[in-house]
Amino acid sequence: MRSALLTASCAAALCGAWALPAGAAGKLTLYCVVDEAWCQLMTTEFEKETGISVAMTRKSSGETYAQVKSEADNPKGDVWWGGTGDPHLQAAEEGLTEVYESPANADLQDWALAQYQASGGRTVGIYAGALGFGYNTELLARKGLEPPKCWADLIKPEYKGEIQMANPNSSGTAYTALATFVQLMGEEEGFDYLKALHANINQYTKSGSAPIKAAAQGETMVGIVFQHDAVTMKATGAPIEVVSPCEGTGYEIGSMSIIAGARNIEEAEQFYDFALRPDVQEKARLAKSYQVPSNKNAEPPPESPKLSDIKLIDYDFAKYGSSEERSRLLKRWDDEVSALPR
Amino acid sequence: MQPHHDRTLVAWLLVGWCGFLLLPWYAQDDGFFSLAWLNAGLFTDRDYASGLAQGLWLGRAWLLPLLVPLLLPLLALRQGVDPARRANLLVLAGLLGIAWLAIQGLAVNHRGPADWLAPFVPDRSRQYGMGAGAVLVALAFLFTLTNGLAGRGLVKGDRFVAGSIGLVVAVVGLFVFVPVGMILARAFVPDQFAGQFFDARIWGLACTYSTVRCGVAWNSLLLAVLTGLSTTLLGLAFALIATRTPFPFKRSLRVLTVLPIITPPFVIGLAIILLFGRNGTVTQFVATMFGIEPGRWIYGLPGVWFAQTLAFTPIAFLVLIGVVEGVSPSMEEAAQTLRADGWTTFKTVSLPLMRPGLANAFLLGFIESLADFGNPLVLSGDFDVLATEIFFAMVGAQHEPSRAAMMALILLAFTLLAFWAQQRWLGRRNYTTVTGKGDSGVPLQLVPGLRYTLYAVTIPWAVLTVALYALILLGGLVEFWGRDYTPTLRHIIAAFGVTTGEHGIVWSGTAWNSFTTTIAIALIAAVPTAAIGLLTAWLLVRQEFGFKRAFEFGTMLSFAIPGTVIGIAYILAFNVPPIEITGTGIILVISFVFRNMPVGVRAGIASMSQLDKSLDEASLTLRASSFTTMRRIVLPLLRPAILAALVYSFVRAMTAISAVVFLVSANYEMATTYILGRVENGEYGIAVAYSSVLILVMLVVIGIFQLLVGQRRLGRRTAVPVAAPVGAAS
Repeated sequence: MRSALLTASCAAALCGAWALPAGAAGKLTLYCVVDEAWCQLMTTEFEKETGISVAMTRKSSGETYAQVKSEADNPKGDVWWGGTGDPHLQAAEEGLTEVYESPANADLQDWALAQYQASGGRTVGIYAGALGFGYNTELLARKGLEPPKCWADLIKPEYKGEIQMANPNSSGTAYTALATFVQLMGEEEGFDYLKALHANINQYTKSGSAPIKAAAQGETMVGIVFQHDAVTMKATGAPIEVVSPCEGTGYEIGSMSIIAGARNIEEAEQFYDFALRPDVQEKARLAKSYQVPSNKNAEPPPESPKLSDIKLIDYDFAKYGSSEERSRLLKRWDDEVSALPR
Repeated sequence: MQPHHDRTLVAWLLVGWCGFLLLPWYAQDDGFFSLAWLNAGLFTDRDYASGLAQGLWLGRAWLLPLLVPLLLPLLALRQGVDPARRANLLVLAGLLGIAWLAIQGLAVNHRGPADWLAPFVPDRSRQYGMGAGAVLVALAFLFTLTNGLAGRGLVKGDRFVAGSIGLVVAVVGLFVFVPVGMILARAFVPDQFAGQFFDARIWGLACTYSTVRCGVAWNSLLLAVLTGLSTTLLGLAFALIATRTPFPFKRSLRVLTVLPIITPPFVIGLAIILLFGRNGTVTQFVATMFGIEPGRWIYGLPGVWFAQTLAFTPIAFLVLIGVVEGVSPSMEEAAQTLRADGWTTFKTVSLPLMRPGLANAFLLGFIESLADFGNPLVLSGDFDVLATEIFFAMVGAQHEPSRAAMMALILLAFTLLAFWAQQRWLGRRNYTTVTGKGDSGVPLQLVPGLRYTLYAVTIPWAVLTVALYALILLGGLVEFWGRDYTPTLRHIIAAFGVTTGEHGIVWSGTAWNSFTTTIAIALIAAVPTAAIGLLTAWLLVRQEFGFKRAFEFGTMLSFAIPGTVIGIAYILAFNVPPIEITGTGIILVISFVFRNMPVGVRAGIASMSQLDKSLDEASLTLRASSFTTMRRIVLPLLRPAILAALVYSFVRAMTAISAVVFLVSANYEMATTYILGRVENGEYGIAVAYSSVLILVMLVVIGIFQLLVGQRRLGRRTAVPVAAPVGAAS
């Protein structure tokens, strides 16, 4: 009897926290994919301005995509803000996100709108980040090497065992690199380059920004990453120099989508417009994020490499973001590059 | 004893009726304890009403058939009902109730009734997740069913045992098998199956004859075997030193062995890089001393093995210490009386008696290594293992859930294999050493040769651990870990700053939110984890029932499945009614309970197989019920196992990462996801400062647990210092 009552009260206690996230007015659930500090900043700024209380969770791009997909039957999130464009495009393709046209679209850069059009209005560019690499100045000096300036420098024999990049199977950054080489040099030459690079690579990391962290710690000399990630490491005081390769380079479009079936659709649209405003986009660098904003009227952060100084290739997001092309290229990379001895 | 059992049944029926009449049937937005349902209309409001009111006048008529199984048991309670008929009635009521709960829950969900049902439900009513009322009714049905089954003679008619088995089967089924089944079913694509299974990336053996990498399956297996062996041996060494040597620093040794498991993920890996990486302190020292070119040997098998050994030895220690303490001194003394020397006694008596502990320790180390995610992520280099591959197949640039599911299956198969091998090795021998007879023997001290060997192994290991932890504690207090060692408090202030504002204290640090949530959830999860774990162990060791092996394996299953898979599976299974708990703290608690329960089970089994069954029998002969026997006899003797289960589940909940990533929500953020975010951004300072704080908190909590649970008092004397090894004296 006593045990039964005990069990019952435990069961009752268990139900206590059995609460549903509410759909009441004045709330917004934000899935944030950029750096924590920037996520916090966006959350508090939006709350301060609108009085809407924001429940923000920060996850990586892939994690958020997997979550949105798993929750599709009963969506819990409203806005998916930030992170590389491909998963946003993929979600748009699968109807996981909602069409929305913001009045701010008129002020956006062409690449941000290209993302919007490619997705049928389901996602939009909020920032851009160019691919490049960073090197550790101390290690470079110790080895007495010339600073690398171009992609071509990285396949020189003196860099053997000194270069890191992520595995394109696991990291969107590295896949952008793979697609960049293919578009920049042509597919055959691109793969020849990757094979040559393979000989110099000491490790394919899992996460996209890991190579530059390793470089900052002195564990590797060169890391192939997005330039803004390298700038962030430099800003923490690491002996890192950021390079925008002389041949030109690809880039990512950080994107934003409203989740299909969002419970707080009005607040979601309000946030969407808010996030595209120039004054809001300029605040990113207060949180040590140095991507290039998508609103033409927003001033790019002075620390970040100017997009105008970078030779950007005409990156075909629709083609290289599609599942078939991606699987094909990754399979080829697995078979022809990663299987090679080094 | 009939009246007593009827009382339990009546109590459960009352619970069921209360649940149906007086408590809100559905889960509420603002939580049960806001008590909003009390004045919001328990009988009138569509969101807050009880089951009966919902069924009668709020348009959810499909709830009314539940009255039948709620009324049926009342028939069984009448005087003079034939016991067999009574039992059958109860079984029928329980089955009907559970079946109808499931059917109506699945047929009408948050979008409305299923298509085939729509014509019968006029207003296209929706249903939300189960709330307090529904849960109590479900429990009432479950125990009505087990009560009836016991009445029909299952498990010798013991109602408590039947109820316990029913509960464990129900919760494990619901929170392990359902979600895992769902994800495997969804991910399994028939025409890709063969291609994904016979994949060189998984099974390739090229590394044995060329420089090409081997498949991840072999890598994982090799790593798991190595880690299982090294952790078991080291754990045994520490356990022997702690119990059977005059080693002066036993207490600090115990703290040391506990340190690695209370360390949040990534931190050990990062610290190892700082010592042994290419730019690490030790590497640079060796490089300048001996002119060796700094290498990257730590990235790959050596590094991961090293980190895992460091991280999982304590688990082996926790399992083995109880076992080593439990080995009966009398048996050893008997061996010595027969003129065996110290070494022979140890080899032929003590060590074989520790077999269950050794096997369990190895099994845990093996499985832990297979499922470990944090260490390979930081240190594995190009040595890919299943756990990380599964994670990136799931959330990487290439979203391949079917490949992830395939690898998860392989991982499961390895676990099964280890489990089977363990059973074979233990065989049907008897390892009982704690009997009802007082044991007046003195635990045998180790022979000097063995003792010094153990010292030689463990002391360097302990020194290394101390160095790593000094580095970690230091890391939070300097400008930039690994580069700029200027002392600073800014990381601590950023994470745990407290200022005073106009309304009193302001918790301005960014870590407070996740910190308090983590501690609360870990504490809440620890108790049911230990309870269900030990209950299961007791059922496995002490009770006989038909499907015991399957039952045992089922309870071990969740441990073997990678956290990533569990995380996604939980979203798939529990994001929609009838059980809708995503975004709550409950889902975190439940995932911790079922992921960590196996440790409670293993620790319980290891300790319990040493307790002589005659102890229970004596109690049962004196007409104590099986519940009383467990409470008064078994539990007090299981204190080390209880402590191990409590500590371990608390610690794991504090340090888990891979499943948690998917289950955290804005209101329930966990410390590890916060740390992961910082590590991803290269802000090691805050990550490490936070980790140090967590380590200190966990040490304090473990101390408190130890005080609360207390020591088990076996009738054993401790060796008096003058007593030389008995072998020499005789």
